[in-house]
Parts: sequence; C-alpha cells; structure tokens
Amino acid sequence: MRILIRNGHVIDPANNIDATLDIAVADGRIVSVGRITDGFTAERDIDAGGLIVCPGLVDLRAHLREPGQEHKATIASETRAAVRGGITTLCCPPNTQPVIDTPAVATLIRDRAKAAGMTHVLPLGALTQDLAGTQLSAMHALKEAGCVGVSSAMTPLGSTLIYQRAMEYAATHHLTVFLHAEDSSLADNGCVHNGAVATRLGLPGIPAAAETVAVATALALIEETGIRVHFSMLSTARAVRMIARARYDGLPVSADVTAHHLHLTELDVLDFDSRCHVRPPLRSQRDRDGLREGLRDGTITAICSDHQPHEADAKLGPFSSTATGISAVETLLPLALQAGVDSHISRRDIIARLTIGPANILGIDAGTLSPGIAADICIFDPDGYWTLSEANMASQGHNTPFLDWELQGQVRYTLLDGRCVYEQGI
Amino acid sequence: MDLSNIQLDKHKRLRHFLTIEGLKRQMLTDILDTAESLSGVTEQTVKKVPLLRGKTVVNLFFEPSTRTRTTFELAAKRLSADVLNVNLEVSAASKGETLLDTLRNLEAMHCDMFVVRHPNSGAAHFIARHVAPHISVINAGDGRHAHPTQAMLDMFTIRRVKGEFYKLRVAIVGDVLHSRVARSQIHALSTLGVEEIRIIGPRTLIPRHYEALGVHAYHDMNEGLRDVDVIIMLRLQHERMSKALLPDEHEYFRLYGLTIDKLRVAKADAMVMHPGPINRGVEIESSIADGLQSVILQQVTHGIPVRMAIMSMAMQSHIPVPAVEA
Repeated sequence: MRILIRNGHVIDPANNIDATLDIAVADGRIVSVGRITDGFTAERDIDAGGLIVCPGLVDLRAHLREPGQEHKATIASETRAAVRGGITTLCCPPNTQPVIDTPAVATLIRDRAKAAGMTHVLPLGALTQDLAGTQLSAMHALKEAGCVGVSSAMTPLGSTLIYQRAMEYAATHHLTVFLHAEDSSLADNGCVHNGAVATRLGLPGIPAAAETVAVATALALIEETGIRVHFSMLSTARAVRMIARARYDGLPVSADVTAHHLHLTELDVLDFDSRCHVRPPLRSQRDRDGLREGLRDGTITAICSDHQPHEADAKLGPFSSTATGISAVETLLPLALQAGVDSHISRRDIIARLTIGPANILGIDAGTLSPGIAADICIFDPDGYWTLSEANMASQGHNTPFLDWELQGQVRYTLLDGRCVYEQGI
Repeated sequence: MDLSNIQLDKHKRLRHFLTIEGLKRQMLTDILDTAESLSGVTEQTVKKVPLLRGKTVVNLFFEPSTRTRTTFELAAKRLSADVLNVNLEVSAASKGETLLDTLRNLEAMHCDMFVVRHPNSGAAHFIARHVAPHISVINAGDGRHAHPTQAMLDMFTIRRVKGEFYKLRVAIVGDVLHSRVARSQIHALSTLGVEEIRIIGPRTLIPRHYEALGVHAYHDMNEGLRDVDVIIMLRLQHERMSKALLPDEHEYFRLYGLTIDKLRVAKADAMVMHPGPINRGVEIESSIADGLQSVILQQVTHGIPVRMAIMSMAMQSHIPVPAVEA
C-alpha cells in the first residue's frame, strides 16, 4: 500500500525535524519526508492537518500475560490496545508462565504477535533460569530466538556474585541487561513507599534505600566491568541523581521511568486504593519531581508504560494482598505529554523519550521517520481531549487509577510497517 | 481521599467504625457518653439495650484472638443481638475462596453487622466498601492500621480517671511501628485534644515518619516519661527478636520496660495502661501491672460498654431519622 500523509506537523527528534511536512510510505517503508514529491501516487491519502505525525512509540515494558495468564490478557488483546495508544514496538518482560528462559517461549511470543499483526513484540529473556536467581539462562540461544535484552523482572538474584556473572555473560552476547533496582531484603514485605502514608495507614513500607542501595551495587559492578546496563522504572529522586552522576562519569548506563510515576505519589494510596498498588511503589512528591527533572535533563531517556493488565478480582482485596500494576498502554502518550506540560519539557523532547530514546536503549532500527526505515508511525491530535473509561478501553485489564481523568492527546492513526493498524472510530 | 466519609451515613451518623482518623471530636465524645450511660444501671440504659434485638452480629476473625472476640461477643449479647463467631484463619483462604465470596455468603444469611479482624491493613475498609448497604462493619483490628474500639475503651478509661483530656501528656511506649492500637490511640488522643503525645522506643520500632502522626519521639524512657500523666505500654511480639529489630527481651526490659524507677519520672498520679495481654517482666514489672497506678483490668472491663456503645450507634444509622430530633 502506498500512503501519503499530508500536512501533518512532523516531529522526528532523531532527525531533528519539527515542521509541517508530508510523508510518503510505500512497501511498508518510509519513502520520503518533506514537501510532497512529484510523481508519488498514493492509494491512500491521510489528511494530517492539525495533527502531529511522529514515529510509532517504543514501549520498553509491557506485560502481555501470554503465555500462562490468558485469564488476564492475551498478546492479541494487549497489542490491539497498544496500537490505540500509538505504540508500534513493545518489549515484554520474561515473567510469563513459563518464563522466557528458552527459545521456545520467545518464539511462541513472537509468532503470536506476528499473527495478531498489531505491534512488533520484542521479548526480553530471563537473566537466570526460571528467574530463580541462581543459574544463568541460555542467553545466546535466547538472542537467536529474538530476545533483545535480558532482565531479572523484579525477582531477586541469589547473590551479588551471580549478579556480576550474569552481567558479564549477557555482555558476552551483546545483550543489554534490564535491571529493576530493588534490594529485596530492604523491600522486605513492603507494599507502599515508606513515608508518611505508610506510617498513617500502617502499611508495610519499602524504603527509598531499597532502590538506591541496588543502584549503588549495580553501579559499582558496572564501574568494574564496563558493562552496559539499563535501569527500569526508577522511582526515587536520589537514584536519578546517582545515575546522572554515573553518566557524567562516562558509565554506559541508561534509565527509564513509568508514566504513572511521573504523575502519582504515595498520597494517591491514601484511600487504600488498590489501583495505585504498583511496584516500585509510588513515592513522595519530591521523588516525583526528581523523576521529572531527570526526564528534563536527559538522565532518563525513556518513558515506559509498565502495562500490567489484571482481571478485576486481582485488585479486589485488602491493599497488600492485591496484585501490583496498572493497565497502561492506552494512557502512555497522553500521560507523557501531560508530564511534559506540567514540568516544562518540550513536546519534541517528550516524543523523543517515547521513540528514539527507548529505541536506542534497545539498539534497534526504530523510533525514527528516516527514509528507508519501516513505516511505524503514530498520528495524534495534540488538542484532542478525552476521558478514560472502562467502556473505551481496549485492554482486557481495566485496572487503572486514571479512569475518569481528562486526558489530552488522542491517537488518530497508527501505522505498522506501512499498514494502518488503527484508525480512530473504525 | 477522605477515610472518614465511608464511616458516616448522609446524616453524619456512624455507619461503620473503621478508624478514628477523620472522626470529629463530638463523635468520639458521643461514643464515650453513650458508653458511660450503658455502663451504669440507669433507666436510660435499659431503653438503649434492646437496640440490637433481632439483629445478627458476625464476629468475622481472620486472625486468632480470644480477648477481643469475647468482649465483642459479650457486648453484642448485652444488646440482645444474636452472635455468630466465624474464624477464617485457615479455612476459606486455603480453599481459594476470596474474601468477597466469604462476605457474599454471610450476607446471604441476613446478617446485620460484621465485626472484622484481619491481618492486612485496610481490610476493614475493603469490606465496608463492598458489603450490602444494610450491613455495618466494625473494625476489630486490621494489620498495623487501626484498632479503633481498643482506642476508644482506652479513652474511656483515661476520661474516667483524669476527667479532661486537654491538659494531659501521654506517652506510648514500645513497638509503635507494628501497632494498630498505637495508631488508633494517637488519632483518638489528638482528636480529643491532649496537650502532648509522645512515643518512646528504639529506632527500629518507631515509624520513620512519625511526625506524620503529630507526635514527639523519644528513645530514652527517662526523658520520654518526664512529667507525663498517662503511660500506655504496648505489647511486644516475640517475632520482633527473630526479625532483628531487637536483641533480646532482657535488654528491651532494661531500656523500655516500665519499672518503679522509671515510673518515678512521670507525674506522681500518672496512670499506667496496657492493651493486654501483658508480658510480665518484658514490657512491665509485675508490681506495677498489679499496682495502684495500673488501670489494666479496668480497661478490660470498659471494653464491654464501649463496644456496646459503638455497635448500637452504628446500628442506629439503619433507622430512619425521626422528623423531629430529640
């Protein structure tokens, strides 16, 4: 299909483009970006006047629940939800059932994603077998099966020594290590930030030190080995500063933050609201401001959804016994844009943190509109206001504290490999 | 965001009793006054007692407890209610029945009030939010969060002995971090307007953000007890030692156990309280527990009229408001 996207406000941070232009797409690839080329005959014309045209979003962390937890969601249901949010590439963490520690599981996920045909799905392999934290996974085989990185997916590693060896082995195979920095003994059985709200509600707390201690350990190992590590889902201001310092010192580290940590704080838990039960926990306002600052100054180069759809029952119970996580792919773009407005980060920089930023962390050819590249494109109305409701969610999980929020920024079209996989109202 | 909303009906009457936090001083005073009238043998008492006749109260305990359950049972019976004791520590959870399933089953048996104890903070709120509208929920202790009826019987005991709250200095000693009793006492004491609330204990047992509770923290008993009017000792759970929060009971007793010497630092007429059961020689010296300044047994006695008051007030919210209020 030959598609012409006319008159859109094209924002492609990787190519330094921020202007009203046309984009020609043919054979699944971008042909050109500019004033329209003579002689390009389109089978389909998309009028993008008043809309923003940017690379399809790259989400570093979305749980698709398949295989193993299809009662929560499936690859088909969640990738369909993702394209409604403008996402064209997403990484799924290895904590499926069985975990992604064999090529078979990685292949199964990629096959099902291909059959669904909505987004590119890139599996992250397990850092250790069965995520048990003791024996290394067959990382080379996982890479051959399409894993773009390896992750411990919130499970603790047996020891710092295993940690270091897993990093070294991953580096041998040029796999980026995705770390969720949490010291499990300090996190103990906590379920909220160890702050004023934990004190008032008597909920067991997870101190900020659970994150900073783990970051410090990882940084010491990185300093020693020179291995590239990506920190997933920072939640504390102090960890952001530690990583900023490490980057300044030239260590090969990167970091992301979830969209909800840019908006919510421990105070949102005050009513024992299990929809705000997330890991890492929502922290203080100062921490949230620190995350936004890190996003602005470029310490944090990606915003992820940490999409975690659940069946309703998983969130029905006393706070600490409920499942963690938010169904988030459909709110990633508007929440990221809003965080930009709230903390004076340009729209272009926010889009960079949703596209080229995460693509660079993965080392993949995506997140740009460069001619010749796969035509993964998000077209959204920056002024489109909408209200999130259970009825208008495509995800099988309706567990989100953003229900009834008025959100700004509405996806109109999503193109994957030059195919229109989502069109608003159709 | 307002934890108290769910506790009150649209006429601002008590509907559930889940936490002290957010309740107004007048409400707490009403509870104490009602308990006072129920504890006597006045004619007024007799009028109020049959209020729960024909009602069914379910003691829904997800955690073992004999004392609290017994006083709730006695209180309900003295209000003429039928009482059903349901212990779910193992049964339901192990069968995979969810908490909501359990509630639905009990609702189907036409019960009127759930008295709930649960090991998770927020459980009573969760239940109150999901029960049928005709059911009242009384929190008999949820995790580390709240134990509001215990706090009210403590306030009742303090008022009986001291009369007024406004000039009192109160010290709460021990494991405040894990104590739902302490949290509820702190909210009750500050709502009733005491002059100062202190918490005393080692850093391992004091919440990091204690200032959020509006209290002063001390780590030295002799400083913390100076000139206080009320001393509330908390129970120390044995598991605190295995979790590396404390070295052993001897050192704890030496530093934070209430002895004659330490008691001398407080005001001469200071009253000594303990929610029970006491670990003699760990939190408190036997001679003090049984001594003249101790009101520990009165606390147990007061548990019944205070719980009667709270249960009857919560049940009144199901009665239509009369056109002309008395």
